[in-house]
Amino acid sequence: MSTETRTGADGAVGAMTPRPFRVTSHRQETRDTWTLELEPVRGAPLVARPGQFTMVYAFGVGEVPLSVSGGPVSGGPVSGGPVSGGPVSGGPVGEGGDGQLMHTVRAVGAVTEAICAARPGDVLGVRGPFGQGWPLRAAAGSDVVVVAGGLGLAPLRPVVRQILRRRADFGAVAVLAGSRTPDDILFRRELAGWQDRADLQTLVSVDGGQPGWRGRVGVVTALLPEVHVDPARAVAFICGPEVMMRLTARALVDVGVPADHVHLSMERNMHCGLGHCGRCQLGPLILCQDGPVRGYDRLAPLMAVREL
Amino acid sequence: MTPVETPLAEAGVFAGIRPDHLALLAGCARHAVFPAGALLLREGDPADTLYLVRQGTVAIEMFVPARGSVPLETVGAGSVVGWSWMFAPYRVHFDARARSLVRADALDGACLRGRFAQDPALGYDVLSHLAQVLIERLQATRMRLLDVYGNPDRG
Repeated sequence: MSTETRTGADGAVGAMTPRPFRVTSHRQETRDTWTLELEPVRGAPLVARPGQFTMVYAFGVGEVPLSVSGGPVSGGPVSGGPVSGGPVSGGPVGEGGDGQLMHTVRAVGAVTEAICAARPGDVLGVRGPFGQGWPLRAAAGSDVVVVAGGLGLAPLRPVVRQILRRRADFGAVAVLAGSRTPDDILFRRELAGWQDRADLQTLVSVDGGQPGWRGRVGVVTALLPEVHVDPARAVAFICGPEVMMRLTARALVDVGVPADHVHLSMERNMHCGLGHCGRCQLGPLILCQDGPVRGYDRLAPLMAVREL
Repeated sequence: MTPVETPLAEAGVFAGIRPDHLALLAGCARHAVFPAGALLLREGDPADTLYLVRQGTVAIEMFVPARGSVPLETVGAGSVVGWSWMFAPYRVHFDARARSLVRADALDGACLRGRFAQDPALGYDVLSHLAQVLIERLQATRMRLLDVYGNPDRG
């Protein structure tokens, strides 16, 4: 995890000090969700691995953890357990990325409402990146199943984009996206582009249909029987509400995906991002450092403990 | 009536069913094709058919005044549509509409009930397989009642 010292807005140095980032773009995704692009007021761009998060500070309001939904990404070390598959050709999977640091935020409280209200030119504080990302490099050579529920598509978007950049390094790839209603679907245009690709199976389903909706209606796990991958050689990346992840992981293991090939992005109350405060503890794991992405083989027994 | 024993055996819902029971089922079946937009079932009609979807997608819908037809669930190839033929009053409760060209095996409900009455082992075998689908649909419906995407933590 990157915990290097940095200079903050007031010139102080420390991993708890946010760097000032200027909002460069502000796009409404749905009724209550916005995507912001941020650039550092000074200094180097923030480079994150897909699956990592940052702590974003709305000055005078508060700070929240936000998954990175796009931007410059590094080819840093792969996290998580070993996953079978050959080496990635042409360099590390994590290299590249696109544009500026991107966060997709749902306005559900005072801090996220303030962040969503930020307009181009406004300044927010950013710390990080923190945590372990998706073990994308280790998935090279394997079939890949990406399952996103609701806002869970945000941290998985960089995964799909990375896979598409190095499409030949992976086997069959399927993206399943679940949403509450058709109006709540994120990255609508990008999803449509993915659906048009012959080398990517993209299925979208909503829990609640509306008149005129021509797509699927039902829980996202109901799409799994239609996925064209070999379970024994598949790697799965899942992000969404914990109940959805639990059921999806269980369903994938039931059809033969090895539990240590199923990776989940766990959400707890990340606070310091440094493993100091313990607010994000899940049993023996401090998720801001040991997670948020972990294998289902490790998480399954912890997820079975209620109130953990 | 065109025999459909072999395709029935390939239908996911009847995987593992006894071959002799499959043959009895096939005697109640015919092939059916629906163009996109056509209704397989219409709310209020007599319920007399179980459809095994072979190709295409079917939407289970309810017409709501001032809103139109609301899609409640979609069902793809390998699954089944139509339960109301099982029990009185044998009346269809929801519309079922082809989203695309749908090819299906249509099993006559009265024929099935008659054979189940004559051969309870057949009825148990078939209904056990159908109950598996019913349970999955019920569990999925309960999951949707949770509204997991609509209740995030506040932050």
